[in-house]
Amino acid sequence: MEFIASVDVVVIGGGITGTAVLRELSKYDLGCLLLEKEPDLAIGTTKANSAILHAGFDAPTGSLKAITNVRGNKLYHELEKELGLDIKWTGSMVVATNEEEMQSLQELLQRGRANGVEGLAILTHDEVILKEPNLKVVIGALWAPTAGVCWPFGAAVAFAECAIQNGAKVMCDCRVLGFIKEDGRIAAVETSSGVIKTRYVVNAAGIYADEIARLAGDASFTISPRKGEYILFDKTACSNLVYGVVFPTPTKKSKGILICTTTHGNTFIGSNAQDIHEREDLAVTAEGMNEIIASARKLIPNLPMGAAITEFAGLRAVSSTGDFIIGASGAEGFYNAAGMQSPGLTSAPAVAEILAEAIAEDRGAVKKRYFKKDLPHKVSFCRMTRREQAAAIEENKLYGRVICRCETITEAEIVEAIKRPCSARTVDGVKRRTRAGMGRCQGGFCGPRVTQIIARELDISIPEVLKERADSHLFYEKNQADREEA
Amino acid sequence: MEQLYDVIIIGGGPAGLSAAYSAWENGACKILIIERDRGLGGILQQCIHNGFGLHYFKQELTGPGYVQRCIELIKNKSEIEVLVDTMVLEVLRDKTVIAVSSEKGLLYLQGKTIILAMGCRERTRGAIRIPGERPAGVFTAGVAQRMVNMEGYLPGHKIVILGSGDIGLIMARRMSLEGCQVQAVLEICPYSNGLTRNIVQCLNDYGIPLHLSHTIVKIHGEQRVTGVTVAKVDEKNVPIPGTEFDIECDTLLLSVGLIPENELSNGLLLDMHSLTNGPIVDQHRQTSLPGIYAAGNVVHVHNLVDFVSEEAEIAGKFAALDAKGITEGNLRSVSVRPIDGIRTCVPQKLSLPKGGGESAKLFMRVVVSQRKVRLEVKSGDDVLFNRMFPIVKPSEMVVVEIPAAKIALSGSEITVGLRQ
Repeated sequence: MEFIASVDVVVIGGGITGTAVLRELSKYDLGCLLLEKEPDLAIGTTKANSAILHAGFDAPTGSLKAITNVRGNKLYHELEKELGLDIKWTGSMVVATNEEEMQSLQELLQRGRANGVEGLAILTHDEVILKEPNLKVVIGALWAPTAGVCWPFGAAVAFAECAIQNGAKVMCDCRVLGFIKEDGRIAAVETSSGVIKTRYVVNAAGIYADEIARLAGDASFTISPRKGEYILFDKTACSNLVYGVVFPTPTKKSKGILICTTTHGNTFIGSNAQDIHEREDLAVTAEGMNEIIASARKLIPNLPMGAAITEFAGLRAVSSTGDFIIGASGAEGFYNAAGMQSPGLTSAPAVAEILAEAIAEDRGAVKKRYFKKDLPHKVSFCRMTRREQAAAIEENKLYGRVICRCETITEAEIVEAIKRPCSARTVDGVKRRTRAGMGRCQGGFCGPRVTQIIARELDISIPEVLKERADSHLFYEKNQADREEA
Repeated sequence: MEQLYDVIIIGGGPAGLSAAYSAWENGACKILIIERDRGLGGILQQCIHNGFGLHYFKQELTGPGYVQRCIELIKNKSEIEVLVDTMVLEVLRDKTVIAVSSEKGLLYLQGKTIILAMGCRERTRGAIRIPGERPAGVFTAGVAQRMVNMEGYLPGHKIVILGSGDIGLIMARRMSLEGCQVQAVLEICPYSNGLTRNIVQCLNDYGIPLHLSHTIVKIHGEQRVTGVTVAKVDEKNVPIPGTEFDIECDTLLLSVGLIPENELSNGLLLDMHSLTNGPIVDQHRQTSLPGIYAAGNVVHVHNLVDFVSEEAEIAGKFAALDAKGITEGNLRSVSVRPIDGIRTCVPQKLSLPKGGGESAKLFMRVVVSQRKVRLEVKSGDDVLFNRMFPIVKPSEMVVVEIPAAKIALSGSEITVGLRQ
């Protein structure tokens, strides 16, 4: 197998955890490379989750989940400005509908304070109604002002692009096949693209983290997938649902079916929790949808189901240890960031700090004098003032052509997404970066137009354009001869 | 840069084109059509089959042919301006239209009147919650139609179609003609929602099976569609366990209903109708906001473009008269309420001169298919108008014209209903 690169650290997995680790490592004088098996970043758990930046009252005090959650939440407040992340600091509520649940809220309040969560308070019915007028059945709530909701794919791409501007590299379509060890220590990674020499590996492979660990000789844990299903509503439905983040009082198994409005104003309900065996099973089920609808109706009896625009499922990576698995493993040079189920999204920047510090210390690496922490801020056309819109079109005519009519996404933004450092090369990649196709018609109108723009910008044929993964072709040549030629 | 128009028409499909011609005929001097696509014609441009225009042009035309007839009527008229590749972002209640285009940038346009003619869009998979994976290869029938007929690509080779609305039926034939294998058309209702002629000419003539009272309970395929699991449904449309079977396919086309484009109507805070999903209009197609008119599929979804043109003519005429200040004031409002067997009726209200009448055409959809029924238009207990129909179907609009003298007799409400 051919040697294709030599670096200090290889990060495996381009989800929120892997990209956060890559960014943190890029602060040091270390050569870093992130490998992602799919054509784009953030298409595993990062693309299908609740997108919530939790306050941190949930996890047991002293657990890695609790520590990194509270720290991660603080870090997002800084990262928001540096990287221009899309975050709404809405605060969150855990709501109670009876006295027994009110008791549980007290326990959560105590735990949250022990975990170091600031600003927690118990709200009365009237105080809840002021914030969320549709929660008429609620008798009280635990209010966590530090919680918020973010745009997780945007965050992952921003982490990767920040790392890239500080010298790190990202390779997509590159699958890890095995590891080469010298004197019992990681020396290289065998991949589908060739061999990469490295001294350190960070395993952020999500749902496959246990398989990657086994390849390195670490069999200390297993990961089992737990499916969660969601139903997303049109923006117009928000006023009939909720404006912020609303959890029911949690049970032992799950935080419960929550109701939440995203950074762009779409409310969703979900997710349930089904333990499954198949790691690629992202099928939405009729039973699952009924379950989340029934559960959400307990808080909001008049769910506007006619305004549902899509349903999807994601897989949580549940570790056999019950907590995150962070740090050095039995295999020398091999570090884990595994079992990153909720609050993994919130914790990612804190987990990244822990790992980067550990590797830097082991390697004797020092921080760069000039770490470029800020990314250029981009404002989407639909959020510009009319004056700014006029100026944008003046500068770049493509801002004057609206491609996605539901979300008002222009051709300029789509072309920019395809050309930027961590570029979109698929229709879903464009969707995650620009929101083209995320509105009420779900890409019905703009899907073919986005396909044509991708083909034009990447200089490939229409049939070569993918929806998401390597075999997800969208359109075909009409004529067999053309097909063979292509 | 603000320009004043008598009539600004949003949408250059058949509704917009017919409205523009009618506004011109009725004396509007400055008319503007704004179209977001690169050319006029709207969805008809991709409807290359024939069957259009029998009522309106008294001739059977293809979709592009119908569009061309409409364009011929408005071309070389200095009073009618057209902006293509231009997207309206917002219409303000004072009838300012804010639009963008690559060529002209951000535009502020002022209308004395506005006609909303944005048409409709297709319901998607999400709206009907089909369980299963989310692979490539699930398209709405309209997207597939555009790709096949206008862009020159196929959405796949082995096709299942969910929904037997007209677009679904037309696409079943179209894909067969392209050499694709159309495995089946599935319909959750016990009857098709398409025109009878389309069932015959698009399915029967091509040997394509139609499974009534069936739906998809699972989509298979992690990356590209590999098949669907189908089940029979009971009278409440719930899948019956044990009736499931699989159909292999690489493509699923959805023809599961159309919804009026409501973005601008909602932005204007117009009174909307919960069943048609469009703005509430009177017989002149004026919405709840004076000076704002609406016509075509943006008001309620039609099966026949001919009726779209006919309604748009009404809107164009009254918008033109309104712009010129020739409208009667001091009108009385009569609501039109569907009862017994009628699901929706457009217009939903009539604006009538006090003590007088004005003829009005009613466009209705029935709840279920029935044979030998009498349509009754009543004011209180008085029957103003009735007509026998040998058959009525949910998929085919019932249209009647009520003479002015009869309408003059109405109180504050008239009802429309069916009787055996």
